[in-house]
Amino acid sequence: MMSGRLRWRKFVSNFMLAMTGVCAFVSVLVLFFILGYLVFNGGTSINWDFFTKLPKPVGEAGGGMSNAIVGSGKILLLASLFGVPIGFLGGIYLAEFSGKGMASVVRYAADLLNGVPSIVIGIFAYSLVVLPFKHFSAYAGAFALGMMMIPITLRSTEEFLKSVPRMLREGAMALGASKWKTIATVIVPAAYRGIMTAILLALARVAGETAPLLFTAFGNRFESHGWSQPTATLPVMIYTYAVSPYEDWHRQAWAAGLVLLGLVLIINILARTILSRGIAVPRS
Amino acid sequence: MKRFTGFAVGVLALCAIVLADNALLINGAGATFPYPIYSKWFDVYHTKNPNFQFNYQSVGSGAGIKQVTEGTVDFGATDGPMNDDQLKAFQDKHNGTGILHFPTVLGAAVPTYNVEGVSAPLNFTPDALAGIFLGKITKWNDPAIAGANKGVSLRATDIVVVHRSDGSGTSFIWTDYLSKVSEEWKSKVNKGTSVNWPVGLGGKGNEGVTGLIKQTPNSIGYVELIYAVQNNIPYGAVKNSSGNMVKADLASVSAAAAAAAKAMPDDFRVSITDAPGKNAYPISSFTWLLIPQKFQDTGKRDAIKGFLTWMLNEGQNSVEALTYAKLPKEVVEKEKKAISNIQ
Amino acid sequence: MGTSTTALKGAGPVTGSRSFIAKLRDGDEIARLITLVFAASVVLITAALVLELWVNSALPRQKFGLHFFATSVWDPIMDQYGALPFIYGTMVTSAVALLIAVPLGIGAAIFLAELAPPRVSDTLQFFIDLLAAVPSVIYGLLGVFIVVPIMRTMIYPALNKPFGYLPIFKGPSYGVGFMTAGIVLAIMVIPYIISVSREVLLSVPRDQREAALALGSTRWESTWKVVVPFAKTGIMGSIFLALARALGETMAVTMVIGNTPKIAASLFAPGYSIAAVIANEFTEATGDLYLQSLIALGLVLFLLTFVLNGLARILIVVTTQKGSEVGG
Repeated sequence: MMSGRLRWRKFVSNFMLAMTGVCAFVSVLVLFFILGYLVFNGGTSINWDFFTKLPKPVGEAGGGMSNAIVGSGKILLLASLFGVPIGFLGGIYLAEFSGKGMASVVRYAADLLNGVPSIVIGIFAYSLVVLPFKHFSAYAGAFALGMMMIPITLRSTEEFLKSVPRMLREGAMALGASKWKTIATVIVPAAYRGIMTAILLALARVAGETAPLLFTAFGNRFESHGWSQPTATLPVMIYTYAVSPYEDWHRQAWAAGLVLLGLVLIINILARTILSRGIAVPRS
Repeated sequence: MKRFTGFAVGVLALCAIVLADNALLINGAGATFPYPIYSKWFDVYHTKNPNFQFNYQSVGSGAGIKQVTEGTVDFGATDGPMNDDQLKAFQDKHNGTGILHFPTVLGAAVPTYNVEGVSAPLNFTPDALAGIFLGKITKWNDPAIAGANKGVSLRATDIVVVHRSDGSGTSFIWTDYLSKVSEEWKSKVNKGTSVNWPVGLGGKGNEGVTGLIKQTPNSIGYVELIYAVQNNIPYGAVKNSSGNMVKADLASVSAAAAAAAKAMPDDFRVSITDAPGKNAYPISSFTWLLIPQKFQDTGKRDAIKGFLTWMLNEGQNSVEALTYAKLPKEVVEKEKKAISNIQ
Repeated sequence: MGTSTTALKGAGPVTGSRSFIAKLRDGDEIARLITLVFAASVVLITAALVLELWVNSALPRQKFGLHFFATSVWDPIMDQYGALPFIYGTMVTSAVALLIAVPLGIGAAIFLAELAPPRVSDTLQFFIDLLAAVPSVIYGLLGVFIVVPIMRTMIYPALNKPFGYLPIFKGPSYGVGFMTAGIVLAIMVIPYIISVSREVLLSVPRDQREAALALGSTRWESTWKVVVPFAKTGIMGSIFLALARALGETMAVTMVIGNTPKIAASLFAPGYSIAAVIANEFTEATGDLYLQSLIALGLVLFLLTFVLNGLARILIVVTTQKGSEVGG
């Protein structure tokens, strides 16, 4: 026999809990909405031309974004080559070699770097790499993006290395392996999945960054050769085309958005699946 | 790990080889005002001369001036000529060598708008334009606007002003004109590539302003003529100094340049807003390429000189299709002689 | 013989000092030095960044002093620069974003942590993590083509007609403006609130809930009155994290905020944010004072996000530790 007050409380409970379900549902729905909208608007514009042709002069329809796609690929590759080794080897230092003092300093610096707004990273890269060399370049853009990859790679490497079971370590040592050999042949391979995941996630994160590229890679109407020329990139092209008045450019912006989002999502899904199939490691 | 490094090195090497430099890349940046014709020119020039790639980034005159001064691009472009301070700043950064202005085309900044129910060209008096951009005229049916547009039904809707958010030569042309026709504008805001706008939304580049106007009902802004034409948005006529309502077109823009062409200074820096002449469009302007006087890289220097010569001869033939006016003959002759100043 | 010396070497610190050259022959020492160099380079890069920002913003500090933060004039011709409109815009858009994102985010987190079965919870969290990975320029793209028209045709009339007398809802509609930017930002930061709050809620020990339920509370009451307050500090931390993200967001904001350096009470008015003005004006700032004023703004933004991130971290760690300490 329920009193009126109890009935009310039960009603409130069910209602509020249902509301939370709505919140969760809406949040997830946004993702599918974004994907769907991009597919709807950009899907039809993704054709062979988009991937293989250069942009046409302003106002003329047609052309593609081949230079931006290649440009983004080049810069991301270079950024990884810059940021990943620093993060990875730095992480090894933190996990295996450092004392408490140095470790906290390095961690603190990495956290600081992680929190820097990407536009500020752009300012720094401009002052350090563009001005002294007197040109916008792919490597300036790669420097900016690489910097952004360092903190994630560093912290994740450290965490995953530390979580490798003591048994493995001690076993290797008992067999007479030196420290660095232990690290190289036993510990790192054991933590490999987690570290790989972190690197992929870092890559996905910087793949979509636009602001730091505005002052570093700048932009290029043509394919950029080598590493020291201004380079067109997907995110910057999307931005330029989206704020323009040309319908054809809008169409291409949607297509580019779809390609970019697809790339980022695939990397993310890949990374998380690698992690979930691997050894149980703590969540970062 | 080893395999990954090997792979990465291989890819890098491959990139360097495969994408090895074949063509000479010359980088420029600046005005969005002439971007349609520049992008067409550079495209055509590259087809004729595959060894040269002119990469022009339309980032606004302000950025063009800044980056060519810093030396991060090989040439700049602007619709607002560099002032003496900026010229001096360039010289200071480049061991005393200067920078040259080369006019390329004549264009017009037009008042373009998106008013519900109005597709006919509106007439604007200088006072109306100044008032709108000062924020003093706030409704479309204000007498200052309606007075010049009898027969057009304008409603009491709020005017949304759109201006440039980036450093812009088009802004320079617009504010230069307003400073000439309105004392209040001159004292409150003055002219420049980046000013302290009393009201309005900011769009990036001529492209951004056009985009905003297209999307925002009851808005008004200023863009280069071709942007209004290419995007099918109406633009108005402006009352010139002789009292005639003139719409921007090839004839009226050329008329505005007629007087200045005969008295062109040696450095080509001149303002033709509010020009005399009964058919002159009052908000016209030259636009310039900024070329450093001295080049370290002789390849680039020769490429640029070659382009300038081509631009003055054949290039001029394609400008009218994009609603820019050709340079006056006297200016072309003077420029051809000036090309030899580039060392 | 070789094995035992190696084993001894690897076992621990060696007593007595060896010469540097001798140390170098030891593989471990080389490894240590190499990794040390890379770790140190992280510190170096960060220090260089902070130094660059500080040194290259000296001019406005000297010229304007603290007035820089109190002036709202941004005039490149007169060389007068004040940070107030940008700080205001950054704050307002972030506040609007949080107002929308926090209730939605916490609600979703409660659902994921308390109600959903583990597999559903993990799957939904997976999608939410993907939402966090969407690049900001794509949010900008959607903002320009979807949110702006919706703002103009639906949200503005719905709020302005009945509530137009309130200062925050006054004035004409531009489509772009503080509120539009706030809405786009809200979508961008919800994933951060959800994933951190969910973790924090999951770490609340079971017996807290069970005690409440045993005392006769409904599911909702035990969640809202016991579990959530227990995780309160951690949830605060997630909000700070979200705020830090919103403050530094550049592209999505500059595409929908209207790029007008003015302070206005109405949420429908166009404005500007620190990150947006830097993106728009940095490559063209002629004149040292102009450029350095922009860098000074960058420094301000950096300091704000730095403080917020630090606070967030502390709050989150404190809460999760509390959970494991109290037991369960």
